[in-house]
Amino acid sequence: MKGFFKSSIGKKVLMSVSGLFLILFLLFHLCMNLVVVFSASAYNEVCAFLGSNWYAVAGTMVLAAGFLVHIVYAFILTAQNRKARGTDRYDNQNLPAGVEFASKNMLVLGVIVCCGLLVHFGQFWAKMMYAELAGTEGQFAPTDGAAWINWYFHDSPLAVAFVIVYLVWFAALWLHLNHGFWSAFHTVGLSNNVWIPRLKCIAKWFSTIICAGFAFVVIFAACGGINTKSDCCNKEKCGAKTECHQEAPCNPQTCPNAEQGK
Amino acid sequence: MAEGHKSLNLTLRVWRQANRQAKGEFKVYNVKDISTEASFLEMMDILNEQLINEQVPEGPVAFDHDCREGICGMCSLFINGRAHGPDDDITTCQLHMRKFNDGDTITIEPWRSGGFPIIKDLMVDRTAYDKIMQAGGFVSVSTGGVPDANAIPISKVIADEAMDAAACIGCGACAATCKNGSAMLFVSAKVSQLALLPQGKVEAAKRAKAMVKKMDELGFGNCTNTGACELECPKSVSISHIARLNREFLKANIKD
Repeated sequence: MKGFFKSSIGKKVLMSVSGLFLILFLLFHLCMNLVVVFSASAYNEVCAFLGSNWYAVAGTMVLAAGFLVHIVYAFILTAQNRKARGTDRYDNQNLPAGVEFASKNMLVLGVIVCCGLLVHFGQFWAKMMYAELAGTEGQFAPTDGAAWINWYFHDSPLAVAFVIVYLVWFAALWLHLNHGFWSAFHTVGLSNNVWIPRLKCIAKWFSTIICAGFAFVVIFAACGGINTKSDCCNKEKCGAKTECHQEAPCNPQTCPNAEQGK
Repeated sequence: MAEGHKSLNLTLRVWRQANRQAKGEFKVYNVKDISTEASFLEMMDILNEQLINEQVPEGPVAFDHDCREGICGMCSLFINGRAHGPDDDITTCQLHMRKFNDGDTITIEPWRSGGFPIIKDLMVDRTAYDKIMQAGGFVSVSTGGVPDANAIPISKVIADEAMDAAACIGCGACAATCKNGSAMLFVSAKVSQLALLPQGKVEAAKRAKAMVKKMDELGFGNCTNTGACELECPKSVSISHIARLNREFLKANIKD
């Protein structure tokens, strides 16, 4: 394998393998997110399970390494490709129909996905896993994932903006996955004339299921579907009528039952 | 001329560049009474006759051509934004003027890719492909009598697939079309045609490594599977050969 990762194909294989790893993570993340649709308390248990435990932290570090490899090599390969293309450009280039939009714009789509990821990190990872590790207190408990989702997509004054940002993020992710999925298999050699159309079809279904699943959770939360009031979760104190998920001090500013609770 | 032909009056925007270092620019020429039955290269010949007669300072347009029957891979023009012009599965020499309309403006450019520097006007240096071939695009055979063609049985499916890959004429349309300037379709076709056959399997690992190494050394880009090369290839070489090259290259490196 000497020199393999310095070769053009070797670098592409790194992109593909890291991409497939991230695709598996997306599948796992979607399964986790869908839990909140059925039960907020069950979702919070998942959040607690994946909080600051050593296996969750180790998994996060492996995941971060996967992201890093994928992102760094995306920029390296793009820089090499730009150099290979040369400085001269065609006066006009009319590519025939059949060249996917996503395949020509994977870096741009990837940058949009990364921007969405930063917003997501700031809103959830920083307030949950990081807060738990750092021992900081937030508006909600770090393990009260359902409350955080409800806050950002339903209760927050910027909820509509957040929903739009997330839907744009998922659209970019759909396009990125649509090409990335089959392209990854092709690059590692697991493709031929029979499997190219099959992989493209699977890629469309897979990316649609993943992105529609994520979008559904966001829209579900935006419509007030998540049954949580963690701000006033102490039933006895504030008299919340909804299910309580954990003990936390009542916040009079956000608790609709604060007066009654007092 | 046969009955049914039409005459076209055309405006040509042709890229003129004295040499590799010189700054190029588009020059506009008008050609008249071009038969729809003429080939595109015949139209270029008529243009050149006109330019010689008019004694234009830049002289006739330099462009590559040879067999004019779609098998040598010498013609290379980028016409109205497409390699080999506005038709599918043909080379420039197989393009006919019936594809154009009277009064059209046709933009003619050379291949523009880092791997193919311009020599003059519409001629580019494609020796990079020859260098890749020299690195491993061959089968080593002992001298001696020619063996019987049926001595080694090869299934029809494999023979067809190898033949499809061998149809590559090395014109460079793939790298010229690719937004990454990648030569993967060309290299994969050459690796594939030999890796599929028993005679080529012996050196398959060595060949894949040597040809990819040379391709990288020459500065061609990385394949991102846009599939544009396949669509513009005059011989419809499939990108499935790229997957085979990737497999061959992976296998060769794992064996090391």
